[in-house]
Amino acid sequence: MIMRERITSAGIHAILIAYSLLALFPLILIVINSFKTRKGIFNEPTALPLGKTFSSDGYASVLTNSDFPLYFGNSMVVTCVSLMLILLFGAMAAHALSEYEFPGDSFIGVYLILGIMVPIRLGTVALLELIVDLGLANTLTALILVYTAQGLPIAIFIFTEFLRSVSREIKDSARIDGLSEYRIFFEVVVPLVRPVIATVAVFSMIPIWNDLWFPLILSPGEETRTVTLGVQQFIGQYTVNWGAVLAALSVAILPVLVMYVIFSKQLIRGITAGAVKG
Amino acid sequence: MASKDVDSVSPSSHEHRTPVRWYILVFIVPATLIYTTFAIYPIIESLRLSLYQAGDGGGMFVGIANYARLVGEPYWAEQFWNAFKNNVLLFAMHMLIQNPIALALAALLSIPTLKGAATYRTIFFLPTLLSVVVVGFIWQLILSPLWGITPAFMNWVGMGSFFQPWLGLESSALITVTLISIWQYVGIPLMLFYAALLNVPEETIEAARIDGLNGWWIFWKIKFPLILPTLGLVGILTYIGNFTASFDLIYSIQGGLAGPDYSTDVMGTFLFRTFFGFQAQLGDVYMGATVASALFFIILIGVGLYLFGVQRRLQRYDS
Repeated sequence: MIMRERITSAGIHAILIAYSLLALFPLILIVINSFKTRKGIFNEPTALPLGKTFSSDGYASVLTNSDFPLYFGNSMVVTCVSLMLILLFGAMAAHALSEYEFPGDSFIGVYLILGIMVPIRLGTVALLELIVDLGLANTLTALILVYTAQGLPIAIFIFTEFLRSVSREIKDSARIDGLSEYRIFFEVVVPLVRPVIATVAVFSMIPIWNDLWFPLILSPGEETRTVTLGVQQFIGQYTVNWGAVLAALSVAILPVLVMYVIFSKQLIRGITAGAVKG
Repeated sequence: MASKDVDSVSPSSHEHRTPVRWYILVFIVPATLIYTTFAIYPIIESLRLSLYQAGDGGGMFVGIANYARLVGEPYWAEQFWNAFKNNVLLFAMHMLIQNPIALALAALLSIPTLKGAATYRTIFFLPTLLSVVVVGFIWQLILSPLWGITPAFMNWVGMGSFFQPWLGLESSALITVTLISIWQYVGIPLMLFYAALLNVPEETIEAARIDGLNGWWIFWKIKFPLILPTLGLVGILTYIGNFTASFDLIYSIQGGLAGPDYSTDVMGTFLFRTFFGFQAQLGDVYMGATVASALFFIILIGVGLYLFGVQRRLQRYDS
């Protein structure tokens, strides 16, 4: 019996390790080859970049001959500002929906989460006209507003579900202490929702950072390119310079990788907890 | 403010005089305003534009003529049905390949005695975080005959003669793109299944074990019926994702023309070409709005089926 269990357990690990290799191999391949000479890339693609094959020319050409630092800045600004707006406005709306009764509250509650099921991309044609009319074409502001609108429904949904499960007593006792409704939100509710902020942040952040559609359509200009669009355009121009292409890919992967290694525990706990709630 | 206060008091409720609670508006208006302006209004305006055509000095109302062209006029119909068919295939392949793999991996991960589950979980979810553009190019390089990684690997396992430039062949491009997409996104259904499996009460499993069921049968007879609602959720998320988000991957790997010879064209790339134009073809706002609106109705039908059919039946089954 114990023997059989050991064999089963080994089999399970064999499957899981095989899949882990499948998930990691392509990434490792790109990163190790980005540090190699052209010869090294083609002659020994699976070897580590040691000795003669080591070269950081790819990175040099990405970081000096391209605007990657600028793209990075753009992506950071767009992602961070959108995220802050989503978290703040989302939590405020969720607080109003879960705390107060007011005329039309259930209608507004449903209306605000419709966007989970109806992707905002379907309005692209009219959205571009609107952005142009507002004079926001080729600005980061356009992306921030669109991503905020895109991220709000899921944020409001998760925050509302969570706040409804929180006991009212804390808020009521704050009210007896004479706190204004605004102070109750910032001093009582905001600390309360902290555990689900990670969940909301992950759900909102990844699609924003990785999006290709809206940067391509709303702000394709050189000055406002995001990393995702920048990589797409850069690789299109440099197909012959493999070192530079691989370096560009690595530059796009590494920050996500580092963030993920640091936050993976909270992140996955957030996702699974969010899924259980939903 | 004072006049509002008076308005809000009905004649019969003099005793419970409630002032307008402005803070509720302050909390709810910013989200509602941004969401309405940049998400809901554009969708409704696109639906309206789909009923117009270019005329002198602005749009000219044509009713459903654009939709009739989309499905009837050979130039449009050919592209529309091709993109639609590819989207349906994409969805079917994700349901038949991605979601079973996700379920299997989640089932293994949720075994209580398994060691290292957290590490596996972290690795399996990693590709999902990467940009589709990055993933697309990584696989393009790996599958490229120029670099030779894949042919070399296939030689090594003795299958070298089967290598082909899959992304470049009409017959295999769509399935290859699908497999790349699955490689990237298997993490999402996996996490949803995993969370649902962890939620199955321990007592239920213990009772089944005492009844003499082994792990395999406990999964199919006890756990699987309990996670059916998650299966429904994964189904609808896969549906929405395949019809809208597939653009990014196809555009980064195969370009706006979704080659070879439109064999990987999906609604997203079709919409992009229609709206912005390509090669000699000029962009058309009204037909672009029509394609987007057709996509809107396709998604609406899917979501409707899910809400009224799948979810209701699953809930009944669940209870």
